[in-house]
Amino acid sequence: MGLNRQTLAGLIVIACLMAVPFAAPLLGGNYVVTLATRVVILAIAASSLDLLLGRGGLVSFGHAAYFGLGGYVVGIAGFHLANDVPIFGWAGSNEALVVWPLAMLVSGFAALIIGALSLRTAGVYFIMITLAFAQMIYFVFVALKYYGGDDGLSLSARNLFAGERVTNPATFYWISLGALGLCLLVQWRLVASRFGMALRGAASSERRMAALGFSVYGYRLAAFVIAGMMAGLAGALWANLNRFVSPDMMGWVRSGQFMVMVIMGGVSSLFGPIIGAAAFLLIEIALSGRTEHWQVIFGPFVLLVALFAPRGIWGLIRAKGEP
Amino acid sequence: MQLLIEQLLNGLQLSLTLFLLAAGLTLVFGIMGVINLAHGSLYMLGAYAGALAAARFGSFWLALPAALLAAGLIGAAMELLVVRRLYARDHLSQVLATFGLILFFNGTIAWGVGLAPLQMDTPDLLSGFVQIAPGLPYPTYRLAVMAVGGAVALGLWYVIARTKLGMLIRAGSDKREMVSALGVDIAGLFTLVFGLGALLAGLAGVMVGPIRSVQIGMGEQVLITTFVVIVVGGVGSIRGAFVGALLIGMADTLSRAFAPMLLKLWLAGALADGLGAALSSIMIYLVMAVVLVVRPRGLFPAED
Repeated sequence: MGLNRQTLAGLIVIACLMAVPFAAPLLGGNYVVTLATRVVILAIAASSLDLLLGRGGLVSFGHAAYFGLGGYVVGIAGFHLANDVPIFGWAGSNEALVVWPLAMLVSGFAALIIGALSLRTAGVYFIMITLAFAQMIYFVFVALKYYGGDDGLSLSARNLFAGERVTNPATFYWISLGALGLCLLVQWRLVASRFGMALRGAASSERRMAALGFSVYGYRLAAFVIAGMMAGLAGALWANLNRFVSPDMMGWVRSGQFMVMVIMGGVSSLFGPIIGAAAFLLIEIALSGRTEHWQVIFGPFVLLVALFAPRGIWGLIRAKGEP
Repeated sequence: MQLLIEQLLNGLQLSLTLFLLAAGLTLVFGIMGVINLAHGSLYMLGAYAGALAAARFGSFWLALPAALLAAGLIGAAMELLVVRRLYARDHLSQVLATFGLILFFNGTIAWGVGLAPLQMDTPDLLSGFVQIAPGLPYPTYRLAVMAVGGAVALGLWYVIARTKLGMLIRAGSDKREMVSALGVDIAGLFTLVFGLGALLAGLAGVMVGPIRSVQIGMGEQVLITTFVVIVVGGVGSIRGAFVGALLIGMADTLSRAFAPMLLKLWLAGALADGLGAALSSIMIYLVMAVVLVVRPRGLFPAED
């Protein structure tokens, strides 16, 4: 395999991500590390969405729901531990190796139920329904006054990682980056597998795949659940980074932002969503530093991307004819 | 009993407001194949134009045309500048582009008007109460809103079922290429329908102004409820939008009014209140889920 432009660009992205903790002292210290951590966590969520949007051709507009649920698992497990109130006989936990997998399970389960219902439909129905169910989960957490309702829930401390406290921003960055690496590895293997072929085949022609004997519904549901679990992991990391969760994590604006990241970076590409997440955060910081009403500029920008650059930044890197 | 009548009327009023929004959205999707997230923004812009005009001129009767004009013109401009370029595009681009429009409109309002919600007074003529049953006064304004909503629903039905324009709209949603091939000015028809939908959204917005406060984010909230209405009724179908709006408007209003009360029959007070609040805020989504299980394409799917 030769070193084509995409491989080269991918290697550059990896090198940049690996260099952040080493370069940070020169660039502004912990602020840069924390910013890079935000990019990495949002990139996990965005790339999981790309599995649906790009590979599966499924426009899910409720992806923030799984992100928020993952965050709330961390928040609620910590809440019960800190207040010494068991939940369903469980004391709660502050151990990442317990809570994060649990976050993935809860988000995956929610994705299973919502996906099972939404995937009975297609096209515009699917968009509206995924949005509506995400909004339903949002309202449930707004109504849950016990866990702070609208105001959200603060974490008394970050999760322990294998019993160790994670106070150094660089350590947390490496943990997040490891999570992103794992998710990308899983996606890379999945996309190249029979499963990925079936998913992509169904995106281009559902009827053809069905005629070939594939259970399109089953493959799509599996992709929906995997994407939900990855978004749940991202949410758990996000809750740890900010030591705070609130219903806003699962609001429709968040879902829209994930979509913007995927498209801006480039759909159906392993590294596009990472670039998209980075570009999104940098634009947000640059604009909101200038004016409080940065959405007046950002909105038309999103519109222009949708109209004129639907293949995103990765589309510029990807040479003609390359997959 | 009185409470039930009052809540049924409130539910009917919400249903008719939802129908005004759902009708425009479902027509735009049915005919042009565009999913327009910024439909809620037109509702918000109508409400803001109304509230600002009312504050400036001190009259609801000037606010009403101001709102219709603003929503209709912005809608037509939106179609000509943006939506027109989205007809041939996939849903993903449509969602993204109209998401950008929402950010733009919300940002513009925050910038130009401010984040504080606006209040709108009920017009003097309609500020009283009507005794609709012994011991049951009901606000005149809400009755007027219902009358307007009902009249618009009837008018819309008449236009679509009985006029030449309606025939073109029905034909356009069924066989777009055929209509175009027969020499109909499809581009003009699209702008007209989009502007009409915008007008209805603006009307809904300005009528809701005196009932709720006018604020940023009101559009998205109602948009998502409207999506539920359309999914339940069947995308592209006006009849579906009407039935869906009735079902969802009633389910929402009645569950908010009665769910905590009914739960108190079995549960302790605080728990019943909490659970009732949660249950009523997700009731419409539960209705949607049930409809999806039974009829995945809605109650009245448009023929395809």
